[in-house]
Amino acid sequence: MSDEVTISTRDLVKRFETRRGAVTAVDGVTLQVRRGETYGLIGPDGAGKTTATRVILGLLTRTAGESRILGYDSMRDTYDIRERVGYIAQQFALPGDLTVMENMRFFANVQGVSQEEQRKRIPELLEFAGLSEFTNRLGSQLSGGMKKKLALTCSLVHEPQVVMLDEPTLGVDPVSRREFWNMLGDLRAEKGTTIFVCTPYMDEAERCNWVGLMYQGRLIAHDSSETIKQMVPGRLLEFTPSNFVPAWRMVEGMEGVLEVQTYGAMLHVFVDDPDRWQREIEAALSAQGITCAGMREIEPRMEEAFISLIRKQRGDA
Amino acid sequence: MSAYTIEVENLTKRFGDFVAVDHISFRVKQGEVYGWLGPNGAGKTTTIRLLLGLFKITEGNARVLGYDPSTETKAMQAHVGYMSQLFTLYNDLTARENIRFYGQAYGLRRDELQQRQAEIIEMAGLQGRENELTANLSGGWKQRLALGCAIVHKPKVIFLDEPTAGVDPISRRDFWSLIYAMANKGVTVLVTTHYMDEAELCQRVGFLSQGRLVALDTPDRLKVTQMRGQVLEISTPDPDRAMRVLKEAQASGRLPFDEVAFYGAQIHAVVPDAEAFKQPITALLENEGISVSSIEWIAPTLEDVFISSVRQPGE
Repeated sequence: MSDEVTISTRDLVKRFETRRGAVTAVDGVTLQVRRGETYGLIGPDGAGKTTATRVILGLLTRTAGESRILGYDSMRDTYDIRERVGYIAQQFALPGDLTVMENMRFFANVQGVSQEEQRKRIPELLEFAGLSEFTNRLGSQLSGGMKKKLALTCSLVHEPQVVMLDEPTLGVDPVSRREFWNMLGDLRAEKGTTIFVCTPYMDEAERCNWVGLMYQGRLIAHDSSETIKQMVPGRLLEFTPSNFVPAWRMVEGMEGVLEVQTYGAMLHVFVDDPDRWQREIEAALSAQGITCAGMREIEPRMEEAFISLIRKQRGDA
Repeated sequence: MSAYTIEVENLTKRFGDFVAVDHISFRVKQGEVYGWLGPNGAGKTTTIRLLLGLFKITEGNARVLGYDPSTETKAMQAHVGYMSQLFTLYNDLTARENIRFYGQAYGLRRDELQQRQAEIIEMAGLQGRENELTANLSGGWKQRLALGCAIVHKPKVIFLDEPTAGVDPISRRDFWSLIYAMANKGVTVLVTTHYMDEAELCQRVGFLSQGRLVALDTPDRLKVTQMRGQVLEISTPDPDRAMRVLKEAQASGRLPFDEVAFYGAQIHAVVPDAEAFKQPITALLENEGISVSSIEWIAPTLEDVFISSVRQPGE
């Protein structure tokens, strides 16, 4: 990874006019992605990830602000961007009546890759994706995971410096999802490609070097995943109370408790001093006849951090 | 009636030559939150539809609350709720009208329906929005309204098919609180998900892969019994070069990694014995001039466990 910025936005805004009025899908997003970095734009459906990606790529017009890839302006320099950037859209479907090899050739021709280059590059890419044995299989006969791998190789056929992938693992089985991310890791390490991934899966943040958390059109955090996980207030206690709702209400009202999140039958309680508060919570609940099973300190994950940051943003923490 | 509200033995469903559900057996206790984890196409939805009596069972037996889903469908359905992944709501009706529609379909009396409407609106946190068109509600509200409609007739068993797909993390957490509130009142919950981390919230989890139930236990025990190998997390200032060295060692058979992959700036390696392999891995890297800032044995995620249990050894 270098300090060279490959994707950048400043105060990026995208507004859509709808029958029910204006909707601000991207609301002042500022981000930088460095060369050779795997950047995860993570957030729930409707957060604005796809719209932001499309504006950066120049596929949608920008309402306000700046956006660039490799120094090229998204609105003005669309051809320069197309030549140097690979993209897989969320609903992207490969032609099912072409074979794996025909798909590769088709995309190579569209991107203007010479025949000589194709002869060299296509076998390498198929090898990389583990698709060498399936060159004659029709696109429609591939499994979901193989389709995604083929889409990735097609988007790499013109050796882009940057690839942007919109929810590439949606609907893919866990083994293929793991293999797909392993491929992205190898691609970054071997070619120094900048990889930009939109995903609703919090756990995929672990596979990224840098993470932007997006919620309601805004970027509410933008940092390494380790740093974001430390943005929770204090340390985290987990336990299962015998009587959930009264326990939740009581703990939430205790002085010194920084935040309470529910987790199925468990409560996640953020405190400054876990040893002290473990004793105090147990004592307070036991006075009400409530027992706490399995009380222990755990490491916060990306999801706990995201929830905490969203609540802070909404002002209801 | 037995202590089990759902009992399934050798359940099989074939569509032509395709085996969608392949000899599955399991039992779910009353008030249990039982989860099914598996990719799209693993057979989760088909199994639920078999248990609801919507599909004919090809082979095997199923009992829900003692009823046979294929022959006692009507009697069973009066006590069973179902929320599909599509949140089947009428977008051009208000929240209140949707609840009323489902209540009438289940044959609730007018006074019962009045009472259930009020209860469901409170449970779903829809106060103040009960007269809004469903089309205008955001994902989290729709999801809780869909749950409310599925339980309007106070079922004893509820099937939730990917209920949290596409909603934000806070709504997902709120939804799980509702699930446990129902379970604490004795309702049996069977929930499917493809979010690996979400399955940790279930009391017991079944792994479904290609129509087969490959493992079934509590999340904690699955991590012990189903995980082949242990995970080491390696931090180094030069992860790219370290990865090349480790992959060569894997290819040559010098180190028996089940898997070695990037996780952000770190490398995860799955080895037969974490403690025993710390030293040889460190030595190999340092020998190549790559310093190791830390090498730690970390707990596997449920995804690690799932992958391990569906992959054949040596694959």
